[in-house]
Amino acid sequence: MTDTRTNGGSQVETTVLGADEIILNMGPQHPSTHGVLRVKLKLDGERVVDSECIIGYLHRGVEKIAEHRSYQQFAPYVDRMDYCAAVSNGLGYCEAVEKLLGAEAPPRARVVRTILTELQRIASHLIWLGTHALDIGALTPVFYAFREREEILKIFEKYCGARLTTHAFRIGGLQYETYDGFEEEVKRFCDDFAAKVDEYETLLTENRIWVGRTKGVGILNTEDAIALGVTGPVLRASGMKWDLRKATPYAAYDQYDFEIPTRPTGDTYDRYLVRMEEMRQSRRICLQAVANIPTGPIMAKVGKVLKPPPGEVYHAIEAPKGELGYYIVSDGTTQPYRVRVRPPSFINLQAFNKMARGALVADVVAIIGTIDIVLGEVDR
Amino acid sequence: MTHLIPPAILPYILPVVYGAVIVAILPLLAGYIVLLERKIMADMQVRLGPMRVGPHGLLQPLADALKLLLKEDIVPRHADRFMFFVAPILSVTMALIAYAAMPFGPAFQVADLNVGLLFIFAVGSLGIYGIVLGGWASNSHYSLIGALRSAAQLVSYETAAALGIVSALLLAGSLSMKEIVRAQFDQGVWFIFVVPVGFFIYLVGSIAETNRAPFDLPEAESELVAGYMTEYSGFRWALYFLSEYANMVIAAGIATTLFLGGWLRPFPGNHQHLFGTPVELLDALPALLFVAVGLYCFSLTPRQPVQIQKIVMAAVGGACLVLAAVMAVVLFPPFDVARDGVHGAFWFLAKVTAYLYTFLWIRFTFPRYRFDQLMRLGWRFLIPLGLINVIVVGVSIVVQQNWEWKHPVVSAVVTTAIMFGVALWLTEEGVKPEPAAQPADGE
Repeated sequence: MTDTRTNGGSQVETTVLGADEIILNMGPQHPSTHGVLRVKLKLDGERVVDSECIIGYLHRGVEKIAEHRSYQQFAPYVDRMDYCAAVSNGLGYCEAVEKLLGAEAPPRARVVRTILTELQRIASHLIWLGTHALDIGALTPVFYAFREREEILKIFEKYCGARLTTHAFRIGGLQYETYDGFEEEVKRFCDDFAAKVDEYETLLTENRIWVGRTKGVGILNTEDAIALGVTGPVLRASGMKWDLRKATPYAAYDQYDFEIPTRPTGDTYDRYLVRMEEMRQSRRICLQAVANIPTGPIMAKVGKVLKPPPGEVYHAIEAPKGELGYYIVSDGTTQPYRVRVRPPSFINLQAFNKMARGALVADVVAIIGTIDIVLGEVDR
Repeated sequence: MTHLIPPAILPYILPVVYGAVIVAILPLLAGYIVLLERKIMADMQVRLGPMRVGPHGLLQPLADALKLLLKEDIVPRHADRFMFFVAPILSVTMALIAYAAMPFGPAFQVADLNVGLLFIFAVGSLGIYGIVLGGWASNSHYSLIGALRSAAQLVSYETAAALGIVSALLLAGSLSMKEIVRAQFDQGVWFIFVVPVGFFIYLVGSIAETNRAPFDLPEAESELVAGYMTEYSGFRWALYFLSEYANMVIAAGIATTLFLGGWLRPFPGNHQHLFGTPVELLDALPALLFVAVGLYCFSLTPRQPVQIQKIVMAAVGGACLVLAAVMAVVLFPPFDVARDGVHGAFWFLAKVTAYLYTFLWIRFTFPRYRFDQLMRLGWRFLIPLGLINVIVVGVSIVVQQNWEWKHPVVSAVVTTAIMFGVALWLTEEGVKPEPAAQPADGE
C-alpha cells in the first residue's frame, strides 16, 4: 500500500492513489476498532481497494519485562495481554513454566483450572458477541451478553478477589481453595446459561439484516487460513477441525466429552455460529467438571524459589481467541532468559487484509469484530 | 379587543402565535423525545437509563441542553468556516418550517395550505442540503462519506415514501392536511386499514429519511464515527440533533395525518355515554389518563431520595392533574368550544408518540443495513411495491365508484391480499443479490 522512495537521501513514505481513491484512517481513536488498532483503508467510493493494519499503540514490552522478573513475578503481567481472557493467559503461562520445571499440578487444581478457563472462554465470547453485534448496529445484545458475563465475573471475584485481571492460578497449582458454594454457583450459572444462548440466537441468527450483513462477508478459505497461521474459532469456521484441547490435551480436558464445532465457508456468519456453539460446549465442559471435582492438594511441591533447569519449552493452549503459546528459555536462574508469546489475536489479525479487500466500509467493522482481537494482546 | 387591531393584520396574529409556540416548545419536546428514547432503550436492555438528574431523569434534557450551550465551539482548521456555520442552521430551519403546515388538531395549525403535504415534503427535502453541506464543509473523510450516503439515501427513500403516501392521497382526494383528515372522518375509517401496504412503505421510507436505525448509515457510529456530524460539537451539533428529532416528529405527523386519522379520536362517530352522564366514554379517556399518571407520580413522590426530586416529582404530578382538568373542563359548556382543539391536539400527539415508539422499538431490535443492501431494498423492493400499490389502489377505487360497489372493506382486503402476493414475489425476485457483487480476489 505504501511505497518507500528515496528523496534526497531521506526515506519518505508516499501512498500512490488512483484518481477516485481516498485514504481513510480508521483509528486509533474509533468506536469500533476494539482498542487502539489503526486501519488505513484505501477506498474507491465505499469499496476497500487496499488496507493496512497499523499496530503498536499499546506496546508495553511485556516480553522484555519478563526477562527482569522472577517466574512468579511475571505471572500477573500475562493477565494484561488478553485482558478479556486473563484466566486463559494465566493458565498457559503457569503450565508452560510447570513444563519447564518438570512439575505437574495436582488433579484437583487441574479440574478447577479447567472450570475457570471455560467460564473465561464463555465470558470472552460474550464480549465478542456484544461488541460484534454493536458494530453491526444491533444495540441490544451487548447488554444481554454483559448481564451473563457479570455472573461469571462474580464467580471469579469470589474465587480470587479480582474480576478482570485475575491472576487466578499459580505455578504448580492454585493458591486458593474454592470457596463454599463454588460448585453450586457454577452449576446454577450453567443451568441458566443454556436458555440465554438461545435468547441471543433469537435476536440474531435468523434476522435477515444480520444474515445479510454477515453471510459472505470476509470469507477466509481453509488453505488461506492455514497458510496465515490463523487459529481458534476463525480457523474452525473455515472448515478445519483443530482444537488444542483435543489435539494436545492439557489441564483436565482429556477427561471430558465435548464437540469441536466447525463450519464450511469461513465467512463472518460461520464464525458467529461457531462461537455460539463453543459457548454451549464450554457450558457442557463446566457441568461435567463441576459434577466431579477430585479432592486432594491444590499445589504441587515446586518450592518458593523457582530455578528451572537450563532449557527451553513451548506450551500452547486453546485460548478463547485461538492458540496461545508461550516459548520460554531458561538459563538456570530465577528469571527467564527469554519469553516469547504467540498471541492468537496478533496472528489472526494478519488475515484482516485478505478478508477486507473488495469489501465495503461497513464490512470492515464487521471483519474486525469477527476476528475478535484484543489490542493488549496484539501489541503486548 | 378586536377593533383595536387593523383588519389587515388580524388574520396573521394567530398563526404567528402558533409559530412562536412551535419554535419555543420544539427544542424542549426534542429533548424529552431523547429522554423517552433513552428510557425505552434502557427498558429493552435490562437497565434503568437516566436516573440522577431529577426524579427518573426527568430533568436530564434540561441539563443536556445547558451542557451543549456551554461547550466549546470547535471549528476544524481546514473547514469551510462559512458553510460550516450555515449548514446546521439550514438543516434546523427547514425542519422547523415544515411544521407550518402540520395540523396538531382542527384548530392548531399555522397555515392550512392546499398543497400542505407537498410543502412539507419539499421543505423536508431541502433539509438534506444542511447535511450534505455540513459533511462537505467539515473537510473530513468521515463527514464526506456520511454526507454522500445521506444524499443517496434520501433521494431513494423519499421516492419510496412518496409512493406510499400516494395511495392514501388517492383515497383522500386532497393535498391539504386538514382535508385529508376530514376525508377519513367522512369515510369513517383510518386509511391505515384501507391501504396497510402503503402505510408500511411509508413507515420504512420515513425511518430511512430521518436517518434512524436500521437505516442510520449517514451517522453510523461504528463505521463513520458520527458521519456528517463528526466534526461538529457544542451547540452546532445540538442544532443537527434538533433537526433530526424535528424531522422524526414531522415524519410521525405525516403518518398520523395520512394513515392514522390525524387528530380524530378512535371511533369519532361513535357516541357511547359513560354511566348515563352526557360524557362520551372515549372523550373522558384523556382526562382519566392524566389523572392516573398524576396519581402515579404522587405515589412515587415519597420514594424519591432527595428533597428537590420530591418537589419535581410532585410538580409533574400536579401538571398532569392540571392537564386532566383542562381535558375535563373542555367537555362541558361554556368551554366546549375549545373541545375539538384541545382533544384533537391530545389525540394527534398520542398517535405521534405511538409512531415514534415504533421508530425506537425498531432501532433497538435490528442491526444496521449495509449501504448496497439499503439501496437494493429501496430501489428493488419498496419502489416497485409502491408503484404497484398505487396502481392496485387506483383500480380498486375506480371499481368502487363505477360499479357502485359499496364495500370498501372488501376492496381493502382484496387489494391488500394482492399486495402481499406482490411483496412475496419481490422478496424472491427483487432482493436477489447481484452476481459478482464481490470482485474476485486477485491473489
